Amino acid sequence: MGSGSMRVLQATAGMIVLAVIWQILSMTLPPFLFPPVPEIFKRTVEILITGSLLIDVLLTGGRIFVGLFGAFFIGAVIALVMARSKTLENFVSPVLTFFQGIPALSWVVFAIIWFQGTEFRIAFIMIMTTLPAFTFQILDAIRSMSKDLFEMTMSFRPSRWTLFRFLIVPTIVPGILTAWKVNLGNAARVVVVAELVGATGGVGYELLRQQQLFDMAGAMAWTLQLVLFVLVVQQTINAIEAWALSYRPVSERSI
Amino acid sequence: MNTAADPVIRFTEVSKTFPRTDGKDVFTAVDKLSFEIAKGEIVAVLGKTGCGKSTMFNIVAGLIEPSEGQARVVGHNPFSEFDFFRGKIGIVFQNDRLMPWRTALENVMLGLQVLNADPKQALETARGWLARLGLSGHENDYPHALSGGMRQRVSIARAFAVNPDILLCDEPFSALDEMTARDLRAEFVKLVRQNNKTAVFITHQIGEAMDIGDRVMVFHRPARIAYEARLSSETGEAERTKVRDDIMKVLSVDQATA
Repeated sequence: MGSGSMRVLQATAGMIVLAVIWQILSMTLPPFLFPPVPEIFKRTVEILITGSLLIDVLLTGGRIFVGLFGAFFIGAVIALVMARSKTLENFVSPVLTFFQGIPALSWVVFAIIWFQGTEFRIAFIMIMTTLPAFTFQILDAIRSMSKDLFEMTMSFRPSRWTLFRFLIVPTIVPGILTAWKVNLGNAARVVVVAELVGATGGVGYELLRQQQLFDMAGAMAWTLQLVLFVLVVQQTINAIEAWALSYRPVSERSI
Repeated sequence: MNTAADPVIRFTEVSKTFPRTDGKDVFTAVDKLSFEIAKGEIVAVLGKTGCGKSTMFNIVAGLIEPSEGQARVVGHNPFSEFDFFRGKIGIVFQNDRLMPWRTALENVMLGLQVLNADPKQALETARGWLARLGLSGHENDYPHALSGGMRQRVSIARAFAVNPDILLCDEPFSALDEMTARDLRAEFVKLVRQNNKTAVFITHQIGEAMDIGDRVMVFHRPARIAYEARLSSETGEAERTKVRDDIMKVLSVDQATA
């Protein structure tokens, strides 16, 4: 068996065990608490093939992307400014740390009080909750830049833009990809909370409906949509990472 | 404007101090250093570790600024006149400092890309330099796939590819085995002579300094010239032995006072 197939098998095995445990529980407990696995599977597929339902998944996906891209670009600018000025870092860093301590639910409350318009509120919540992590991760990636490579590049006297293109971007790419992977999971959790308040569509809204209908199979099916979405995006980031970092040597011996 | 007779590198009473870690005191790395290097000269700078050779090197390269005195390269300030020196100084560092995400060819092309050279021309120039340094067939290899000697060849090609007037080398062969270092040394001197470059070559090996330099300057710490000798292909064996002995004596004094 090839190493790829083995990896897929190992990754699937854990999920199969989880499904089996759930199925056993569904046979002993009432179905409104633990609906059978085939029922959850049927509802999951139904969402995927029904256009009006799939729209909700895509809407949530879009909100995640808007939030992440917004936080990424703002965070990258802040990180670059912080890397250039120690004074600004001393000024901005405590503010970001303060923001990091604010729970997602508090941002939801602030957004409802401060703003009108559901989409703007959700975008605001998404950006505010993921911004500190993006900023700190990008700043850390810039800081980890090799002094040797910096001096070598500077010896050619590049313009700021050339330095950014030829040294800073390739140096921070691994850190950026890791930041995206970490923040994607956070964003998927936050978006549901954000959608619970005021949204008239999306996975969070649908989850709220399933709760009101006391429909566990529906709740599971909608949750799985979000999990699947995160998995697909994670795999895409992994593929980008494999391509962008293909220059890295790989040791035959594992850690 | 710098005329042909003017020195390419001129240090006038240059000092450089760094604050100590505790911030209360300063450490003097270079102390009132004065020297001149003429066009086409290869000057080997010799001295013990920590004697300030690399600080002097970084001042010439424009990476740091003197605390006192004046450092001029072709009549200009290498630190403040950043853009003026674009493409004029090539540096070969102690370690290869290759970008791991670039192939050998792309690494050689770096300086040319900074200079906005025509991409086709840059590619040809880079290929040419790799071939000249015996690396044909390795153009598309990433640094991790090359040996230490090959990587250092790529870094030499990278420095020469921009056709700089001045070459600065900071112990570029110290991490290599003696055979590889000897071959690269010979190649380096040949390339400098053929292309009529001015070179400053820092080393802590007496033999290497005497093999490479038209002039050998021995530094005492903090960097000031304790001994200087001119050498050429016509310098006889007896005179070379005397120079070697003198350098040894100067270096041993430095050790005793360290």
